[in-house]
Amino acid sequence: MTEQKDMNFETALGELEKIVAQLESGQGDLENSIKIYERGVALRKFCEDKLKEAEARIEKISLDGAGQVKTEPLDA
Amino acid sequence: MSPQDNLFDLIDNPPPEKDDAGPKANAPEEYSVSEISQKLKRTVEDNFGYVRVRGELSRVTVAKSGHIYTSLKDDQAVLDAICWRGTAGNLSVRPEEGLDVVVTGRLTTYPGRSNYQMIIETMELAGEGALLKMLEERRKKLAAEGLFDDARKKSIPFLPNVIGVITSPTGAVIRDIMHRLNDRFPRTVYLWPAMVQGDQAASQVIAGIKGFNSLPVGSSHRPDVLIVARGGGSLEDLMPFNDEALVRAIAASDIPVISAVGHETDTSLSDYVADLRAPTPTGAAEKAVPVRRDLITAIKQIDMRLISGTQRILREQSNRLSGLARGLVHPKTQLENKSQKLDSLSGRLDAALRQNISVQRQKLTGTAARLSLNGYKQRLKHQSESLSLLKKRLSASSHHITKDAHKNLSSLSSLLETLSFQRTLDRGYAIIKDENDKLVTSTQSMQQGHNVSIQMKDGQRTAEIRD
Repeated sequence: MTEQKDMNFETALGELEKIVAQLESGQGDLENSIKIYERGVALRKFCEDKLKEAEARIEKISLDGAGQVKTEPLDA
Repeated sequence: MSPQDNLFDLIDNPPPEKDDAGPKANAPEEYSVSEISQKLKRTVEDNFGYVRVRGELSRVTVAKSGHIYTSLKDDQAVLDAICWRGTAGNLSVRPEEGLDVVVTGRLTTYPGRSNYQMIIETMELAGEGALLKMLEERRKKLAAEGLFDDARKKSIPFLPNVIGVITSPTGAVIRDIMHRLNDRFPRTVYLWPAMVQGDQAASQVIAGIKGFNSLPVGSSHRPDVLIVARGGGSLEDLMPFNDEALVRAIAASDIPVISAVGHETDTSLSDYVADLRAPTPTGAAEKAVPVRRDLITAIKQIDMRLISGTQRILREQSNRLSGLARGLVHPKTQLENKSQKLDSLSGRLDAALRQNISVQRQKLTGTAARLSLNGYKQRLKHQSESLSLLKKRLSASSHHITKDAHKNLSSLSSLLETLSFQRTLDRGYAIIKDENDKLVTSTQSMQQGHNVSIQMKDGQRTAEIRD
């Protein structure tokens, strides 16, 4: 599931909802059900990982003359 | 009368006295041009070292040196004015042609050009009404350009990874934003320090917007959303956020911008142009990120549904399989079953036959016992006695019956004769019958076009019903 790298949280959540609804409808053959379940599990993990980032970081940012980024901790 | 004339009136030099003496003796003091100019300069500067002047700005020019050259005017006079570079940076109002302002400063002269002018130290807009009017005009102009159209507003990402905040590094605003972000969903925040008040503010905020946008897409420092924020303040305090160049910079930002300028009641042009307006800096943090706890709960619920949904499908398929498996009986088993059934049936067959024979035999025995000749003889004798008795009674009664019958018959015949319809017909009446030979007794049963038969005393004719 390499495509998830380009995914954002909202898209992943939306797809997960669809998969769950599909599974809950009880329709679809077994093989496909298992396939989308696996996809669902991967999406869930992706979402959970996104939610794990629990620490806020704040840094001052500035650009030097050459347009290079410079960051330093902010003592706010 | 030129403005210069007014000034000359104020020169601390009495006008030449007219007397009868010769021009030479009573002639006024003679100055060189430089001397008189210097004297005039001192006079002006001494008398007008600190003045407040109200007027409308006209022809504002910013020189390469950074000095601002402008003039103040009203309906009758014009006053040249200069704002040196060092002061220009601190003005609370960006000088613009047509602005009605109150300036403070001093008057001086420029001897080289025979000019006098005002050196501006501070500048403020003349009254809030004028300021609001100017803002409204600017707002209309920018709105007409479509800068505030909803169609060009970008959507704010649902969950940004990096948030860029442009505000003062000190003060409550950044603390409020970080506090609320930590409550809801901690994110990486890059702060672009910018003054949010004074003449430098607009250009510094613009630099922040442009700086963040200049970071390459995909760079870990590039924010997914920008927050432009400052706390509440007076209309003048918030003026940088009404700056036209800032409004245009926000409009040009590729990164979506949330504005949070002042309190809920304050509305700046930045709020109009931003992709999303938050009432306060705290509100901006709320609009920037969802609540992490809620999302975790939602994911947990989805996870449960995912598992139970899959389990259901597995259970259903498994049930279906076992249902089908039941129907799939091994041939050997089928054979065994049939063989067993046959055994059972053949066993019952023998027993049934034996049973049947025994029942029949019992019946036979019972019947045979009742089959005795004595009983029949007795009944035969009894019945023959009854028969002869009945014969006697019959012969006796038949005689009477015949006799009475004859008598009855003749009386009935005569009665019949009397009642016969033949007699009635003889009297001229007729009998009408329909095609089915049924008696017609009412005109209602006569249908048009049907035939009827009419019987009279001497015969029968057919007639058709006409109406």
